[in-house]
Amino acid sequence: MLKFTIKRILVAIPVLLGVTLLVFTMLYFTEGDPARLILGDTATEEEVEALREELGLNDSFGQQYISYLGGVLKGDLGVDYITGRPVSEEVMDRLTTTLKLAVASIVFSMIVAIPAGIISAVRQYSAVDNIAMVIALLGNSMPNFWLALMLILFFSVFLGILPASGLYGAQYYIMPVIGISAGSIATITRMTRSSMLEVIRQDYIRTSMAKGLTEFLIIVKHALKNALIPVITVIGIQFTVAVGGAVVNEQVFAIPGLGKFLVDAIKARNYQVVQGGVLVIAIICSIVNLVIDLLYAFVDPRIKSQYQKSGKIKRIRMVKEEG
Amino acid sequence: MNDKDKPLLSVRNLTIHYITDNGVVKAVNDISFDLAKGETMGLVGETGAGKTTTALGIMNLIPNPPGKIINGEILVDGKNILEFNKYQTRKYRGNVASMIFQDPMTALNPILTVGEQIAEVSRYHNKLSKAESYVKAAEMLELVGIPSERINEYPHQFSGGMKQRVVIAIALACNPQLLLADEPTTALDVTIQAQVLALMGDLIKKYGTSMVLITHDLGVVTEICDRVAIMYAGQIVETGDLEAVYEHTKHPYTKGLFGSLPRISDKTSRLNPIDGLMPDPTNLPNGCPFHPRCPDKMPECESRVPANTEIEPGHFVRCLLYE
Repeated sequence: MLKFTIKRILVAIPVLLGVTLLVFTMLYFTEGDPARLILGDTATEEEVEALREELGLNDSFGQQYISYLGGVLKGDLGVDYITGRPVSEEVMDRLTTTLKLAVASIVFSMIVAIPAGIISAVRQYSAVDNIAMVIALLGNSMPNFWLALMLILFFSVFLGILPASGLYGAQYYIMPVIGISAGSIATITRMTRSSMLEVIRQDYIRTSMAKGLTEFLIIVKHALKNALIPVITVIGIQFTVAVGGAVVNEQVFAIPGLGKFLVDAIKARNYQVVQGGVLVIAIICSIVNLVIDLLYAFVDPRIKSQYQKSGKIKRIRMVKEEG
Repeated sequence: MNDKDKPLLSVRNLTIHYITDNGVVKAVNDISFDLAKGETMGLVGETGAGKTTTALGIMNLIPNPPGKIINGEILVDGKNILEFNKYQTRKYRGNVASMIFQDPMTALNPILTVGEQIAEVSRYHNKLSKAESYVKAAEMLELVGIPSERINEYPHQFSGGMKQRVVIAIALACNPQLLLADEPTTALDVTIQAQVLALMGDLIKKYGTSMVLITHDLGVVTEICDRVAIMYAGQIVETGDLEAVYEHTKHPYTKGLFGSLPRISDKTSRLNPIDGLMPDPTNLPNGCPFHPRCPDKMPECESRVPANTEIEPGHFVRCLLYE
């Protein structure tokens, strides 16, 4: 298990290297001169050239990338051209906000979606199931930002009971969390339902019924844990979506998170900030994926023994084979 | 009739249908039989004869929908289990009656240890603590010939024969009065079959358990059963003790079954299988369901359903030849 974890962390290194290279290249070839942006229109050509030299912007692509990577390895993500503060500090400030929102949203999604999915599956075609599926369809089809705007319109403008922007206390979380969760609630509900439907038709569920166990025990102990693997996958994806996709929601609710910060940085050609921000998001996604892989092993002993045997991830093939 | 002679299980006019989009599947049609305490009855028939449905009916585990018990009663210790409420049904399943399922590969929950799967039965029914139930589970494992050190292993770490032993341990965990074994050896190697059968024979003798052994193997019946019931198209066509049915075979279908067994003493090069196929259970023929394949067919057979006739004490036949 430890061996698997270490291997899995090592695999993340080339992925992150690829991300830095990709983002660096894209920004390198983007139009706009950071030196000119920093100094403004009034600066002379000599002043700009001097700053370019100072920032190392006149070096070749390779030199610039290597020196950037060298910094990253030391934990130095460069300097914000505009504020002059280290990028790592600025990103971390915003990251906590975004992470708080993402965690709150995903926890809220799980609390709503997993029970909803279970009930829909156990009472298939009942009124509860039909209502849940219609709501899930709506949740999937509504764009996040539209739902967010409608929430603001209703709760802040008409009713005036919830603050429309910022993030200064518990009540500020309500609408952004709903806005971010709507899609993931829908996806997780549907995944839980279909996975549960498959599991409750298995022979071992009949065995547990023949034991005379209560319906609650059968569903929670015997069925749910078996149904969780695809659900965990989806939760992981939804979490990375909540982090990476926070851009829109943070913009709508004027939340000082990583997403909004990145959008502003791109507009300002604030290269170092964009690179740092994207790298941090990529690291978070890698961590989430690792946690998900480890959770599989925690849920399913067959996967655990696979990890122990070969360290390779054969979960998809295995899950298919075992039905 | 004193208490000792009273049958443990008494099935009266049981009729079970599956209502599907393609018609009504008449799986079990008006079957009746008794099973005394400590007695073992073989329920023999081709695939699709309604054997498993009968057993599921006795466990009150018919999947509804599409299955429905149309008529009849199932008396266990004089109480009609079909009239039990949810709570009584749970107390009955696993405790009074338990079932061994056909396919040990799928009958065990892949993500729970075998120990837990055995322990939970006695924990639930006998109100044992977790530790006590594990002690009991370890005893059960030893009883079925698995070293108790393996109590914390998962089903995928066991071979097919071992899994079936675990299934047997689960079924016997609460020392039930009635055991329904649905082709317990069909999925196993021939060598393992003999071991598992011998084990079951020993255990039911030891605990005085009554058993209905479902099989399509007439040889297995002679090894372990006191009585045999031959099923065809959802009906019991012939029933009696081993000697009566094996030596004084009456029903043409039973004769056909014996005719299709290879005998080492006969020098004939070909077997004599029964002509034709089992009728479609959604569209059973009028009269005796066996008449289209019967070598002794009379004109009357096409219109009149034969009644259950006792031709010698304890030997019943459903055939117009003997009415």
